[in-house]
Amino acid sequence: MYELTDVRKVFGGLVALDGVSLTVGRGEHVAFIGPSGAGKTTLFRLLNLTLAPTSGTLRLDGVDVAALSAGALRRARRRIGTIYQQHNLVGRLRVVHNVLAGNLGRWSAATALASLVRPRDVEAAARALAQVGIPDKLYARTDELSGGQQQRVAIARVLVQDPDVILADEPVSSVDPGLAVTIVALLREISSESGKTLLMNLHSVELALAWFPRIVGIRHGRVVFDLAPDKVSSERLEELYAGHGEEERELGGPRRGVASFGKACRPLPGFAG
Amino acid sequence: MKAAGRHAAPSPLGRWWPTWLALAALVVWSWLGTRVALGPLLSGEALAAIATYVGRLFPPDLSAPALRAAAVGAWETFAISLVGSVLAGLLALPLALGATATLVYRGVLYERQRPGPAARGLRLALYAASKTVLAVCRTVPEIVWALIFVFIVGLGPFPGVLALGVHTAGVLGKLFSEALEDVDRAPVEAVQSTGAGRPAILLYGILPQALPQFVSYWLYRWEVNIRAAAVMGFVGAGGLGQRIYVAISLFQEQQLLTLLLAVYIMVTLVDALSAWLRARLL
Amino acid sequence: MTLGLSLWTAEVDPRRLFDAQALANAGRFVAGAFPPRVDVEFLRFLAGPVAETVQISVMGMVIAIAVGLPLGLLATASLTWRGILHERAGGRARRWLGLLPYGLARATLSLFRSIPEYVWALVFVRAVGLGPFAGVLALGVAYGGMLGKIYSEILESVDPQPLEALHAAGAGRPGVVLYGLLPEALPHLVSYTLYRWECAIRASAIMGFVGAGGIGQQVELAMRMFQFDEVVTLLAVLLALVAAVDLVSQRIRARVVA
Repeated sequence: MYELTDVRKVFGGLVALDGVSLTVGRGEHVAFIGPSGAGKTTLFRLLNLTLAPTSGTLRLDGVDVAALSAGALRRARRRIGTIYQQHNLVGRLRVVHNVLAGNLGRWSAATALASLVRPRDVEAAARALAQVGIPDKLYARTDELSGGQQQRVAIARVLVQDPDVILADEPVSSVDPGLAVTIVALLREISSESGKTLLMNLHSVELALAWFPRIVGIRHGRVVFDLAPDKVSSERLEELYAGHGEEERELGGPRRGVASFGKACRPLPGFAG
Repeated sequence: MKAAGRHAAPSPLGRWWPTWLALAALVVWSWLGTRVALGPLLSGEALAAIATYVGRLFPPDLSAPALRAAAVGAWETFAISLVGSVLAGLLALPLALGATATLVYRGVLYERQRPGPAARGLRLALYAASKTVLAVCRTVPEIVWALIFVFIVGLGPFPGVLALGVHTAGVLGKLFSEALEDVDRAPVEAVQSTGAGRPAILLYGILPQALPQFVSYWLYRWEVNIRAAAVMGFVGAGGLGQRIYVAISLFQEQQLLTLLLAVYIMVTLVDALSAWLRARLL
Repeated sequence: MTLGLSLWTAEVDPRRLFDAQALANAGRFVAGAFPPRVDVEFLRFLAGPVAETVQISVMGMVIAIAVGLPLGLLATASLTWRGILHERAGGRARRWLGLLPYGLARATLSLFRSIPEYVWALVFVRAVGLGPFAGVLALGVAYGGMLGKIYSEILESVDPQPLEALHAAGAGRPGVVLYGLLPEALPHLVSYTLYRWECAIRASAIMGFVGAGGIGQQVELAMRMFQFDEVVTLLAVLLALVAAVDLVSQRIRARVVA
């Protein structure tokens, strides 16, 4: 599926990724762990083709992404679904439109406009919401939902998009621990059912070890280990998190971002991560 | 579709339909009333007519007399806007103080020193009078003020200055008094607790807080006034407007374009100057 | 120093305000103005110009939105050439290709809004003749320029993260605009448009000074004929009209922004 060779990403002198090489096969499920600021979010934004690497190559199904035309790039993005820590939903739209936004890669502009007036394909949206356990929120306004419910809407959007790869960037760091387990389990189940590749960034080492067959540790923009969970020793973890507080890898993780739900227009912030 | 069944889909227009209906009616009524003729306007014939007219604007008249007229007009307009805005600031300050409820009759300053009924009545009257004067000043458009002042003091840039000054004083006075009412109470209480009198509280506790907003509002109004000053001349109050009016009336299209360019350049320059001052001062 | 020179240029002379002639004129104005003319005949006659003023403002805003929204979208840097949506979009050439419409839109907007609406009105009176249509076009062009600029500023300040999500899911430019940008920015867009409408009613009320319809024409006529009692009534009507529009727009704003 993915083949990364010596990928570097520099933001104005700040090195976020420092020579990452990695191969992920089709249908594989991989968890990424590491201290905050290690470059996990940047890696995911490269994987979903939002950012371009400063150097190195990223191959998707054997094709060098740098060579793709704008149209081909858009078709490639359609095959990659992303779930963000902050949900990145449009708070002022009804849930149904946020979920159907998963179709935007396929819809023409006219269809997209028409669907805002009279939603198309409501059944698909309703099915996706039922799958994530909130079937009754179809016509609710998105910013009126709780953080956990919004995360489910974001998952439903990816279900409608029906991609080959699901990238989940800290999907559970702003929901309570009980819900975190449910959401990780849900994503694993959905992906296995349809043979999708699932890559997930996790704050919580415990969740990663308990639920994923392959664990990649990232620190200072480099891959430090790439092992099966039973091979990840506590020494490895000490090394990975050296210099970072113990609380950072606990279940649930720090509750960043909870306060900023539903703010429609805020001044341009620097991107998180 | 059981989800949708339990939660019926709202109609596309939702509870907004009366608003939409009213809006549509308003637009249709306005369309008919203003005899908007977009069709003919966008027809080949009209477009050709516009093209000829625009063609006659070119090339702009760049002869020495035309340029001198534009430059003198631009400078006069600039002067009207600047002096008018300064006058407005000077008029607005005292009026704004009178129109600030928290300075005149209520709030922290009056918590422990309630004026007697007569004094309170007087204060309320001052407040109401200031508010009324400000409202009248800003509701009468600057060009009407210009007409009135042309009638009183005669033609020339001076009535333009007065018109801008009076109208803008009304706008600034309102904005200033809002800024004064919104200042943080804590420093005001602190200054008061030192035993300072009300003038001292105003100077040390309130004005310093509101000053950046005053400056910002004043700069903003100056940007508005440079545009207003450019049209004062339509009613005989000097500046570029007078020359534009003449050029249009006498079908001097090429001079007209020169003057329009002068307006454009001057407005752009003042906007830039104001942005620079804003960055420097705030 | 600039101020001193300006004072001199503007022929500022406070004495002129208080010399015998000026005082006499002011006296004539005030004496002529009171009592204002409020007989039924005059008031009935006013209904026409008042309605026309409202109509000019509404149609002017319709055209201003039609001009300002597309140009404003083109003038939004985060949409046309800069920022996260463009990180991967082709090479340098493509970026310049986006820069061209952006620059053109900015220049057009700046030209439209820098020429005051009354100058536009004067030009359009020449182009389409006397009457309200010229006022509508003048408002549409001048306010289109202002709306476009502010729209682009509002759109650029929208939280980019939901847009990144839509983009990453393969949405094209129209999808990002319809499902992210516009819904997020809607309250601010509506609120600013309403504010502009409040200004438009004032502007359309005085458009008449250059022959573009509305009650401005009556104010100018009354001034010319020294009918100051009518001037005062007209100004009072304008005041009421402005207050009414403010009220309506405040109620709409409260509902939309909620």
